Amino acid sequence: MTSAAPLPLRWRTATVIARRPETSQVATLVLDVPGWPGHRAGQHVDLRLTAADGYQAQRSYSIASANDGTAVAITVERVADGEVSPFLLDEVRISDDLELRGPIGAYFVWNPEAGNPLLLIAGGSGVAPLMSILRARAQAPDPPAARLLYSSRDEASIIYRDELDRMATATGGPGILYTLTRERPTVWSGALGRIDRAMLERVGFPPTDEPLAFVCGPTPFVEQVAADLVALGYPGERIRTERFGPTGAVG
Amino acid sequence: MTDEVHPLDGNAAAGPLSRLFTSDVSGAVVVCGGCGREGAIATLALYGRDTGLVLRCPTCGTVNLRVLDTGPTIHLDLRGSVRMSVRLALD
Repeated sequence: MTSAAPLPLRWRTATVIARRPETSQVATLVLDVPGWPGHRAGQHVDLRLTAADGYQAQRSYSIASANDGTAVAITVERVADGEVSPFLLDEVRISDDLELRGPIGAYFVWNPEAGNPLLLIAGGSGVAPLMSILRARAQAPDPPAARLLYSSRDEASIIYRDELDRMATATGGPGILYTLTRERPTVWSGALGRIDRAMLERVGFPPTDEPLAFVCGPTPFVEQVAADLVALGYPGERIRTERFGPTGAVG
Repeated sequence: MTDEVHPLDGNAAAGPLSRLFTSDVSGAVVVCGGCGREGAIATLALYGRDTGLVLRCPTCGTVNLRVLDTGPTIHLDLRGSVRMSVRLALD
């Protein structure tokens, strides 16, 4: 499953060095992590918050950045009634310290040397680890063909929109198709509606091209897309999934 | 916070499990005691959060691992697994 043996994990101190609003509900925090061993595109980190009374809360966040020295970017979406995301979005300031453990993950990772065409399918903030893959791909000397199919509620919820648009128009850039599930803008060049088998067939690569699919989003979204890909002839071992939800160790 | 029925990927258990195994075991291979499926921990279906984690076989639903982390003690129940193989870093 992995070419590199796992590194020992321990909690490290990470310092917030930048924050960027992405949408009204989403922001990216850039953390400086001294001693960061580097990461592979698609991995995640755990963040731990400790209250004054000792209560701790821990959540997993996908790494959104490509491997870049000791800087690690995570993209945080506000979870209604959440314990951790409102704190990260509303309270955390530049130069604050957070506890971080990682990088974690040996499965949902992309190897830039893999020559297979890349089909990336995102639901909502599930685009974060796929952005790490696209950013790593942009740095790769001989990247394979890539397409991103990205489902959002509405146009204002599209994360990384400017950077994705720039990537798409760059020479050798990925093909990108946005689809909106709850809005029909009067001017819109993307798709409308939920991702279904027909859309995947239109946007994806034929199974004979041996594409590698990475799917990330809410659990029902991921399961539906993975089932549709299998139905289209994608073998299970070339479909990598990452489910997230408002619950669980992730959120 | 109310959506407890949907599992996550076993991937998300790798951080909590690293308290016990000291490294990232998301790539460790588990052989299911129910159906014999062999797959990485990352591919199991993860239920629960924080102190209590249950990892089920995605093929037959057998509980392959249970983890209860009380802070001072971690309980690992592997009764639903035939084998777990962890690849270690070489010094």
